[in-house]
Amino acid sequence: MAMVTLAPTPDSSPGKTRLSADAPPALVCRNLWKVYGANAETFLRENPEATPAEIRAAGLFAAVRDATLEIRQGEIFIIMGLSGSGKSTLVRCLSRLVEPTAGLVFYEHQNLLRMTPDELIQLRRHKMGMVFQNFALLPHRTVLGNVAFPLEVQGLPKEEREERARKVIDLVGLTERAGHYPRELSGGQQQRVGIARSLAAEPALWFLDEPFSALDPLIRHEMQNEFLRLQRMLSKTIVFITHDFDEAIRLGDRIAIMKDGVIIQVGTAEELVLKPASDYVAAFTRHVARAKVLTAGGVCVPVIPGEPLGPIVPASARLAEVAAAVLSADAPAAVVDANGALLGKLVKASLIADLVGGGQ
Amino acid sequence: MSDVALQQGRLHLRLPAGWIVAVLVALAVLVPYAAPQTFAWAKAYPATWIVPVSDWLKAFLYWLARDLTFGLFTFKEMTRFISSLFGYALAVPKAVFSTGITFGDEDGAFHIPRVSWAGLIAAVTVWSYMLGGLRLAVLGFVGFAYILVFGQWDSAMVTLSQVLLAVLCGVAGGIGLGILAFRVPRLEGAVVATLDFMQTVPTFAYLVPLVFLVGVGPVSGMLATILYAMPPMVRVTMMALKRVPPELDELARMTGCQPRQVLWKVLVPSARDDLLVGVNQVIMLTLNMIIIAAMIGAGGLGFDVLNALRQANGLGKGLEAGLAVVALAIVLDRMSRALVELRPVHGAAAQHRRRLFWAGLAALIGFTLLSFAFPALESLPPEWRITTGSMWSDVVSWVNINLFSTADALRTFLLIYILVPVKTFLIGFPWVGLLAVVAGGAWSLGGWRFALGMTALIAFIPVAGLWERGMTTIYLCSISVVIASLIGLPLGFLGSRSERMHKFLGAMCDTLQTLPSFVYLLPVVMLFRIGDVSALVAIVLYAMVPAIRFTDHGLRRVPPSLQEAGTMAGCTGMQRLAKVELPYALPEIMLGVNQVIMMALSMLVISSFVGTNDLGKQIQVAISQADPGKGLSAGLAIAFLGILADRMIGRWVAARRERMGF
Repeated sequence: MAMVTLAPTPDSSPGKTRLSADAPPALVCRNLWKVYGANAETFLRENPEATPAEIRAAGLFAAVRDATLEIRQGEIFIIMGLSGSGKSTLVRCLSRLVEPTAGLVFYEHQNLLRMTPDELIQLRRHKMGMVFQNFALLPHRTVLGNVAFPLEVQGLPKEEREERARKVIDLVGLTERAGHYPRELSGGQQQRVGIARSLAAEPALWFLDEPFSALDPLIRHEMQNEFLRLQRMLSKTIVFITHDFDEAIRLGDRIAIMKDGVIIQVGTAEELVLKPASDYVAAFTRHVARAKVLTAGGVCVPVIPGEPLGPIVPASARLAEVAAAVLSADAPAAVVDANGALLGKLVKASLIADLVGGGQ
Repeated sequence: MSDVALQQGRLHLRLPAGWIVAVLVALAVLVPYAAPQTFAWAKAYPATWIVPVSDWLKAFLYWLARDLTFGLFTFKEMTRFISSLFGYALAVPKAVFSTGITFGDEDGAFHIPRVSWAGLIAAVTVWSYMLGGLRLAVLGFVGFAYILVFGQWDSAMVTLSQVLLAVLCGVAGGIGLGILAFRVPRLEGAVVATLDFMQTVPTFAYLVPLVFLVGVGPVSGMLATILYAMPPMVRVTMMALKRVPPELDELARMTGCQPRQVLWKVLVPSARDDLLVGVNQVIMLTLNMIIIAAMIGAGGLGFDVLNALRQANGLGKGLEAGLAVVALAIVLDRMSRALVELRPVHGAAAQHRRRLFWAGLAALIGFTLLSFAFPALESLPPEWRITTGSMWSDVVSWVNINLFSTADALRTFLLIYILVPVKTFLIGFPWVGLLAVVAGGAWSLGGWRFALGMTALIAFIPVAGLWERGMTTIYLCSISVVIASLIGLPLGFLGSRSERMHKFLGAMCDTLQTLPSFVYLLPVVMLFRIGDVSALVAIVLYAMVPAIRFTDHGLRRVPPSLQEAGTMAGCTGMQRLAKVELPYALPEIMLGVNQVIMMALSMLVISSFVGTNDLGKQIQVAISQADPGKGLSAGLAIAFLGILADRMIGRWVAARRERMGF
C-alpha cells in the first residue's frame, strides 16, 4: 500500500497542529532503562543487552527497557500502554522524578541526568509543568492558592503571582470558583485547576499523566476538547500519557505504544492502524473507527497514467469526510497534496474495504 | 522418672515436635508439684539466685547523677539546665492563667490580673461555637462554668497552664522527631523501637527516674507528661507524612520546590487532618498524665483528687475535683476533635468564622482588662461559689450506709471465690512451669528464636526477685482482662447488630476514654473501699473500651456477601455468628483484647493507690522513698509483660490473617 501520508498534512483536523517531521526535537531520550532492585546499575553495566528473563533471574524488575524517543517541539506526543506497561515510570524518568538506571535524557540539548539539584529545580520551575491523574490538588489551598503555588515557590510577590494565576484560571473557565477549596469542586473542575496550575509558570514542556482517566466519559470528552483548545492557543511540547487508545488518536500527533517496559512502536495513529508493528499493536487498533483515522493520502493507490479521475480530495482528508463524494462518483477520486500535486487515487471497492478493516 | 524419660525418647521418633514441646511444658509444670522436696528450686525461685537488678539500676542512676560528664558539663548540670528551662517556660502560662503578675511587695503592690474567668468562659464558648456549632458551645460553657461555680477554678487553671505548655512541647517535639524519622530512613527503625518501648512502659515508671534526677515539683511533672504524651505524636507524624499521596510529593518536586518547601508547603499542610488527630491524642494523654503527676508535685486538680484519696473523709471534695477534671477533659477533647473536622470554607462562611475567632479573643482580653477595675472578674468571690462537697460526702455516707452490705457481699464473693484462689494459685505456681508455658506458647506461635526472646522477658520477673509482686500483677491483670472481655465482647456484639446501640456505645466509649485514668479510682473506692476488688473494678472500667470497640468494628467488617452465604447455607442466627462471623472477626477482636491488656497494665499501676500489692505498689513506694532502682525494675517488669502479651497476640493475629488471606 502506498505510504505517502507522512508528508506534512497541516490543519488536517480541527484540534491538532500537524507538525513537520523536521521540527527540532525538544525532549530526547536514548537507551533509557529503569531497573528496580539491589545493584541494578552494576547489573545493567555488565549486561547492557539484558533480556527480560536475565533481569528477572537476577532478582530485578525492569520498569522501562531501552527506551529511545524524540519528542519534537510543539507536538502532542502520546505514550500509550496498559497499566504496568511502564509508561508512568518512563515519563517520570523523562522529568527525573524517578532516577533512570541507565541512558540519556536531553531537554533542549541539556543533559537532564547531569544536572545538579539546583539546576533541576530551576528547570522545573520555569520549563516544565505536570498534570496528575488524581489531580494532586493541595487540600488546604483555594483554587487561586493552588494555581499560584508554582509561582509562590519561585518566590514571586503575592500580587504578581495572584494576578498571573487569575489569568490562567480565566483561561480554564473557573473565574467564578477562584475562592473555592478543591473539595468543593467536581472532578472535572478539579482537573481544570490541575491544568491551570501546571500552566501557571508558563512551561514550554507539558507533562500530562493520564489527566482524564479519573473522570467519567462525558466529562472526559469535554476535557479533551478543552485540552485541544488550550494547545491551539499555547503550542507547547506535550508528553501525554493514557491507557485509552481512542483518547490517544483523538489528541496525539504521534503515539508511542508501550508493553512490559518496551516501546513497541512509535507513529501517527494512521501508521499504527495501517502498519502495526506487532499483533499487540494490531489488537489495540482493531476496534478503532478507521474512517476517522485513515486519510485519503494514507490509503490511495498509484494512478495508471491517463486514467480518468473523478472528484479531487486532499490527501489530509479523513476517509469519513470524503467517503460520500468518492462513493457517489463514477470515476475514482484523485488524491492531491497541499500543493495540488497528484498523489494517487481512491477506488470505491478498496475504499469500502479500508473502512471495514479488510484493506490489508 | 526414668520411665517418663524413656517414654519420651521413644515418642521422639514418632511424634511431631509439637507433642514433645507439650509434654515438656506439662512436665515443667507438674513435676515441681509432684515432687516439691526434690524440685524445691523449680517451684519457688531460690533467693540466692536473684540477680540484684534493682541495685544495678540504682547504681546506674547514681552514676548518671553524680559522675557522668560530657566534658563541658555534667549530666546533672544538663538535667538542672533543662529543668530550669522548663521552669521558666512554665512560669509564663502559669502567670497568664493562674496567678497573674504582682510587682513590688505587699503594700504598694501592682498586680496584673490573670486571664479573667468571664473572658475565658466567653472565649471558650464562642470558639466552641465556631468549631462545632451550638452543641459544642453549650458543652464548653457548661464545662467551664462548672469549674468556676464549684470553686475548682484555681486548681483547674494550674492544670490548664501545665497542659498548654506540655501540649505545645509534645506537639512540637513530636512533629520534629516524626519529620526527622521520615526524612532520615536510617533513623526510622530506631525511633519506632524506642516508641514501642516507651508506650509499653507504664505511666508511673516515668516518674521514678524523673523524681530522682529532677526532683519533686511541677517541672518534673511537666517533663514526665511530655515524655508520656509525645510518642503518639511522633508516630502520627510519621504515618501522616507517609500517607500524603505520592502525587503531591511529585507535584512539589515538579514545581521546583526546595526540599524545605516540599515539606512545609506541601507535605505538612496536606497531612493536616492526621496531624490534628495526633494533637487531640497529645491533649488527652497530657491531661491524663498531668493528673497522675500530681504525685510528684505537679499540683492542680490532680493534687485535689490525690489528696482526697489519701484522706479518710475527703471523697466528697475529691469527687468534685474529679468532675472538674472530667469537664476539662471532655471540653478539650471535643474542641480539638472539632478542629480535626473543621474544613476550610470560602466567602461569607469564612468571614463568619474569622469574626467569631476575633470575638472570642476580644472577650478574653476585654474581660481581663476590665478585671483591673473589677477584681471579681479575676477571681470569683467565694460567696458566689457553690460547693457540693458536703452533698457528695452525704452521697458517700448514704452509699456506705445503704449499699455497703450489697457492695460488701459482692466484694467478699469476688475475693473468696475468684480473687484469692487465683492469686494463691499463681503465686504458688512453679516458676520453671511459668517459663515453660510461655516458651511453649511462643514456640508454637513463632518458633525457637521467638520462644527464646519471650522466655527471656518473662524470666525477668523471678530473676529480678519480683516473683510475688509480678504474679500479683499477672493475676490482677488477667482477671480484669477476662472480666473486661466478658463484658466488652457481648456489648460489642450488640453494637454490631443495632445502629442505636452502636451509637450509644460509641458515645460511652468516647467518654470513658476521655476520662483521665486517675478519676476512675474515686467512685470505685467509694463503693468497695481499699483493696484488690476496687482495683479490679477500676481496671475493668478503664480497660473495657477496646474490647467493645474492636468487637463491634470487627463484626461490622464481615462482608455482607459472607453473611448472605451463611444465611443461604441455612445457618441459624447463632450458627452464623459462631461459624461465619466470629472466625472472620477474630483477629480484629484479639487486637482489641491486646489493647485491653495494655490498658489494664497501665491502670494497674495507678490502681496500686487503692491498696494492691503488685508491681505498681513497688513503683509507688519507690517514688515516696526515692528509690529509683526498685521503681525502675518494677516498671521494666510491667513493660516486659506488656511487650510479651503484645508480641504473642500480634504473632497469632498475623498468622491467622495470613491464613485467611488478608
